[in-house]
Amino acid sequence: MQLYRAHVLVCGGTGCVSSGSKKIQEAIVDELAKQNLDKEIKVVETGCHGFCEMGPIVIVYPEGTFYCQVQVDDIAEIVSEHLVKGRIVQRLLFKAPLTEEQVPSYKDIAFYRKQHRVALRNCGHIDPEHIQEYIARDGYEGLAKALTTMTPQQVIEEMKKSGLRGRGGGGFPTGLKWEFASKSPGPKKYIICNADEGDPGAFMDRSVLEGDPHSVLEGMLIGAYAIGADEGYIYVRAEYPLAIKRLKVAIAQAEELGLLGDNILGTGFSCRLHIKEGAGAFVCGEETALMASIEGSRGMPNPRPPFPAVKGLWEKPSNINNVETYANVPVIFLHGAEKFASMGTENSKGTKVFALTGKLRNTGLAEVPMGISLREIIFDIGGGIMEDKKFKAVQIGGPSGGCIPEEHLDTPVDYDSLIALGAMMGSGGLVVMDETSCMVDVARFFLNFTQKESCGKCTPCREGTKRMLEILQKICDGNGVPEDITTLETLGAVIKNTALCGLGQTAPNPVLATLRYFRHEYEAHINDKKCPAGVCTALLEYKIVAENCKGCGACARVCPVGAITGEKKEPHEIDTSKCIKCGSCIEKCKFNAIVKG
Amino acid sequence: MANITLTINGQKVTVPSGITVLEAAEMCGYSVPTFCHEKDLTAPGACRICVVEIKGWRNLPPSCVTTVAEGMEVETESPAVIEARKTILELLVANHPLDCMTCEKSGDCKLQDYAYRYGVTSPTPYEGEKKQFAVDDSNPYIYRDPNKCILCGKCVAICRAVADRNVIDYAFRGFNTKIATFMDTELKDSACVYCNRCVTVCPVGALSDRNMMGKGRTWELEKEEVTCTFCESGCKFDVNYKNGKVVGVTAKNPSAGRPLCLKGRLGTEFMKNPDKTDLPLVNKDGEFVEVSWEEALGIGPIVEKINALKK
Ligand SMILES: Cc1cc2nc3c(=O)[nH]c(=O)nc-3n(C[C@H](O)[C@H](O)[C@H](O)COP(=O)(O)O)c2cc1C
Ligand code: SF4
Ligand code: SF4
Ligand code: SF4
Ligand code: SF4
Ligand code: SF4
Ligand code: SF4
Ligand code: FES
Ligand code: FES
Repeated sequence: MQLYRAHVLVCGGTGCVSSGSKKIQEAIVDELAKQNLDKEIKVVETGCHGFCEMGPIVIVYPEGTFYCQVQVDDIAEIVSEHLVKGRIVQRLLFKAPLTEEQVPSYKDIAFYRKQHRVALRNCGHIDPEHIQEYIARDGYEGLAKALTTMTPQQVIEEMKKSGLRGRGGGGFPTGLKWEFASKSPGPKKYIICNADEGDPGAFMDRSVLEGDPHSVLEGMLIGAYAIGADEGYIYVRAEYPLAIKRLKVAIAQAEELGLLGDNILGTGFSCRLHIKEGAGAFVCGEETALMASIEGSRGMPNPRPPFPAVKGLWEKPSNINNVETYANVPVIFLHGAEKFASMGTENSKGTKVFALTGKLRNTGLAEVPMGISLREIIFDIGGGIMEDKKFKAVQIGGPSGGCIPEEHLDTPVDYDSLIALGAMMGSGGLVVMDETSCMVDVARFFLNFTQKESCGKCTPCREGTKRMLEILQKICDGNGVPEDITTLETLGAVIKNTALCGLGQTAPNPVLATLRYFRHEYEAHINDKKCPAGVCTALLEYKIVAENCKGCGACARVCPVGAITGEKKEPHEIDTSKCIKCGSCIEKCKFNAIVKG
Repeated sequence: MANITLTINGQKVTVPSGITVLEAAEMCGYSVPTFCHEKDLTAPGACRICVVEIKGWRNLPPSCVTTVAEGMEVETESPAVIEARKTILELLVANHPLDCMTCEKSGDCKLQDYAYRYGVTSPTPYEGEKKQFAVDDSNPYIYRDPNKCILCGKCVAICRAVADRNVIDYAFRGFNTKIATFMDTELKDSACVYCNRCVTVCPVGALSDRNMMGKGRTWELEKEEVTCTFCESGCKFDVNYKNGKVVGVTAKNPSAGRPLCLKGRLGTEFMKNPDKTDLPLVNKDGEFVEVSWEEALGIGPIVEKINALKK
């Protein structure tokens, strides 16, 4: 095998590719060839590092130097300075947001320091299109161990001991789920991977599939062995072309090496895996809808029981898990269930990947041990709130979750604590909101999403979410009445109690959680006709604060409707009956004399 | 099959295991409302009107798809159940044209009956946008008013139960969900064969037999069941009488293996309704044209026999 003195890792994840990493990679290859270094230094295309916001990302090993926002013009310098002379290119290093200090190494960046990468262990460190790189990092060893030294029952016991719970939303214990499927009688069973990832803003599953597809295949194979399945499906949304491509490559390479297909590793165990591209509807991520979709029907949920373990795909016993769940499995067999269970809290073991978005300084993917506090995630890893604004709430669990206010930020994060707070783990979407977010508007935003995505099958979800949405709209428009709050609460409770699937059962959560923690904001909209955060246009009034106004007239010139009048050098005034609330004047005023509220 | 014992509305009862809570409740004489459940055909658990309360359960489960279990404590009419059913009805009524005075289904409509039973009136607490779909009167046999549809899905299931029919399915999402033909065309331009299976199961007035429209209120009609003799399937039809006179023949909810067909219905009409003067209409290349009875029924020589029989 050829030895290289250095490796240049170029991120080939979706985020970095869209910020231009393909060109960067070509430029590095060209530059190395030009400087005759291509025999000494190897360029590797990796998957996502989770810090896409800072992309394109280039890491130079052995030092582990982390360059961010690299441009094509920077390549010559990286090659001749760093790779030839060993001098780090300071200006391309990551700058710590508060101290402005330049951080040379990957591990020292606050964003990564508190992370603990299990599911994402290989993402960004290996070339996902070369199975050898996965194997070099102990890939498929867990499978070999399970197949050659353990019975299916022992595999299930090990999974139960690990305490791994499903990462797709519900948090059901994975070992127990496998046990149900294994006990379900029948010669034909299926193993299914849910890679539909429909939560807006979540991209952890995509990153795992793009950055480390073999970890998912290995997890599925161990599961297939445990339950007695010889065939499986990976249901991936069609909007993830790179993930699909990498999965196809991974499946072909694993088949070639006898790690997938017939008689795996010569043990007599066989399993084939297929890829099914999903149509992209959010509800297709719900397991019964997903199976209907694989079968070729409209993706609509069906009542459970019967659970998939009893009657799943084509009425055969099936086991369905999420991408991240499967990616954790090989680690359990490589290092043992005890080691895995040593991470996390009493009832939630291991780690969870969160997709940090919203008003944070650092956004991206962060994998943290269960039990870490939200404060650590938001302020240490996420770097705190942008522009030093005040934190207001964090929405956890995507559109089915709820938002959590400041006073609960120190709660250790696990499945049960989040439910107790009226939110949920969901797929791990984490949207941070600052003081400029209106909580009624936020609730309306999420409910609008779930209502549009409702499959329309059951009455409470189809009709009920529509009415809740109309009431929220009415409140935002300034037409709310005090009874609306009770209507939202009673209707929300009925929907939760009677909807068929998880979509409807959780759809009222964003509304009920904001009513729980931010009821005063609803009341301000309804009773005082005010939007405290200044978001709901209908409730805003633009005003000029006379003391601050210098009478420069800039605002009057931009106002499209001539609502602003005043003498030169004298305080101006806004005629609120004419104002159309376009916001132009506020942007123009250099003296912060215009306020809305 | 073994028996199990459970409590329904405080009363201990022993029922066969494996049956649903709905069946058990009905065996004990309790009436539980249902929209989407049709015995031996479909139980999608979609409408949620049949929810009950079971002690220790997190949600209110739909009784039509919940299997009885030993020791279960079921309440079919508790305050929570009533609140949920009333809310579901209010949600349906809020999105429904309240047309009962002229609706063909009035008197035999589940939505009307349950609204009465649970005291749901208009305006409901949930007034807002209403669906505004075009009605489909493109054909002489079925009048479809999607605005009255409560999306129970029974029509989809019963159409699909005959191989090669599968003419309708759910389409669109959220509030815009509707039952539609392939590409959402009018029935005329679909593969529909006007067997009227769908009409027989519709719990509301979303699907009506055009042949009967304006011919009388449901409570004025007397029905006589007849068995079709056109093929060996032996489907059933109702001959509808008003004041002792035949006003029309309608399809009857078919049991498994009985496909129903237009030919059978027309033929029965031809035999039973001496006043029927209009010629049958058949879809030829997208347009309905009048054809002779012989052609419609594909039975030239038999017609004479029928005519002979009628005398
Ligand atoms: C509306 C809805 C959408 C869902 N979307 C996803 C999804 O995109 N990915 C996923 O893994 N699970 C999703 N789930 C959860 C699945 O139904 C199922 O619980 C999960 O795939 C089980 O895997 P796990 O036990 O590994 O978490 C969704 C559930 C609901 C109700
Ligand atoms: S809860 Fe919503 S998404 Fe789920 S089955 Fe009912 S209508 Fe469909
Ligand atoms: S732009 Fe600002 S300072 Fe100038 S006139 Fe308008 S409000 Fe006054
Ligand atoms: S918000 Fe727009 S319309 Fe209103 S005063 Fe300012 S510039 Fe004029
Ligand atoms: S379908 Fe029923 S509720 Fe609707 S108008 Fe007709 S009779 Fe009335
Ligand atoms: S009339 Fe028959 S073929 Fe046409 S939609 Fe109804 S059930 Fe299907
Ligand atoms: S048309 Fe009738 S049977 Fe079909 S879904 Fe609507 S209400 Fe149900
Ligand atoms: S795609 Fe490069 S860090 Fe995410
Ligand atoms: S009758 Fe039970 S859910 Fe519709």
